[in-house]
Amino acid sequence: MCGIVGLFMKTPRYRPELGRLTEVMLHEMRERGPDSAGFAVYDGDRDDVSRLTLLAEGHDPDWSATAAALEAALGAGVDVRVTHDHAVFETSGDGRAARQWVIDNAPGVDVLSYGRRIELYKSVGDPALVAERYDLASRQGTHAIAHTRMATESAITTNGSHPFVTGADTCLVHNGSLSNHNQLRRQLIAEGESFQTENDTEVAAGYVSWRLRSGDTIDEALVRGLADLDGFYTFAIGVENGFAILRDPIACKPAVVAETDDWVAMSSEYRAIARLPDVGDAEIFEPEPSRIYSWSLAA
Amino acid sequence: MTTFDLASTTLRELNSALHAASDGTFTIVNPQGAHAVAAGIDSPIDVTVRGSVGYYCAGMHQQGTVRIEGNASTGLAENMMSGRVHITGNATMSAGATAHGGLLVIEGNAGSRCGISMKGVDIVVGGNVGHMSGFMAQAGNLVVLGDAAGDLGDSIYEAEIFVRGSVESLGADCIEKDVEAEHLATLERLIGESGLDADPAEFRRYGSARTLYNFAVDDIDAELAAAGGAS
Repeated sequence: MCGIVGLFMKTPRYRPELGRLTEVMLHEMRERGPDSAGFAVYDGDRDDVSRLTLLAEGHDPDWSATAAALEAALGAGVDVRVTHDHAVFETSGDGRAARQWVIDNAPGVDVLSYGRRIELYKSVGDPALVAERYDLASRQGTHAIAHTRMATESAITTNGSHPFVTGADTCLVHNGSLSNHNQLRRQLIAEGESFQTENDTEVAAGYVSWRLRSGDTIDEALVRGLADLDGFYTFAIGVENGFAILRDPIACKPAVVAETDDWVAMSSEYRAIARLPDVGDAEIFEPEPSRIYSWSLAA
Repeated sequence: MTTFDLASTTLRELNSALHAASDGTFTIVNPQGAHAVAAGIDSPIDVTVRGSVGYYCAGMHQQGTVRIEGNASTGLAENMMSGRVHITGNATMSAGATAHGGLLVIEGNAGSRCGISMKGVDIVVGGNVGHMSGFMAQAGNLVVLGDAAGDLGDSIYEAEIFVRGSVESLGADCIEKDVEAEHLATLERLIGESGLDADPAEFRRYGSARTLYNFAVDDIDAELAAAGGAS
């Protein structure tokens, strides 16, 4: 199973309610994925900073000390916002250098996301509690993707939860299972990707990450993925300015899309969409197999 | 007429009441995509659902009429046995799956695998059907006023498929067949019962080439020779 939701605000009208509406949608997908949940929110108000979402699972690090050491290394200020076991570091310094510094110098801390606009939270447990713990409802922004997991291919852990980061400001959620993930993982390790879990979706994320790093656009990466990823999938991919969805050629895993003048929503099931504002005016359709759909903010 | 509001009534209360009824007219409001709405009806009741439903709406349906004013998700009228299910909007995957009898009318489009393994139901789709529709269909009629996506009628048995628009591709062992007078009569009857509008003369007929499901022992030598393995 697993449940997916994505919500993209085309106009500013509902952006202050992005988190609240995403939570409404996520709540409807609890039964599809009671094991763990996660969400990525893209906030549009600060393009002048780089931000990292960090996770310290099972221990309580001294985030201030970590940030101070990072400040010294970067020669730039670092602002810290802690939410439970996650922390967002924002800096005007070099974001890639900051990410690498954390990986090299902060033991027990995982970098869940990096980029200019994305923040990413995930945890094991009831999706409703995960949403509450990380204060999804109060978050604003242009778009969000979220996931509820019913684990099939690997253990129920925070690192095995979705979304998975695929690069700067990109992440991926998945409903389905990949059958060639072990082989693909070995190939991607040879290409320089690294993996933290035995999870199949992390391999799909690593695959997209590798293609983006190799110069593909997100659409090109997904077209190539149709040939290389074997299995069942509906993917939702968050990117800096929007999101994309793709279903495998058999398309057993469900997906429904609704679009109004103000928003585009996708989900595994219509009931997640049924409670959105103006849904009575929405154009509703089922995405076709093997076809990439994407929505983005006007440049 | 009895009205159920699914914003304040549980699904179990609703379906229990429908199962207990032997006749009457019922309206369901605020379905909000709930699953299994009006599933398991087995009496000549008349049910109208105002809004879109989730999975398995009117599943296992017998005798009565269910009308949905909205869209439906996976498995609309799956395994229906008799009666009528009519939806004004679209249905997603596997509408009418394994259904044995009755009439399923989809005014809009149906998604993939419409009529998969159908066993006697008649399905009339006003719009298009998705890929692998009529997969392993055994009996009954699938009438499509629009277009059919790829692999139509893959591994089909003795169901009949009629398509007015284009067919992207036929599945394994599915071929086009001549439209005879009896097929025109079937189309006229089903289009009439559906309340949709189409000229039976505009349809093409597809069915089984019967090469997959009959093992012909007399052909074994020829098949082995073709495979390069004859003794």
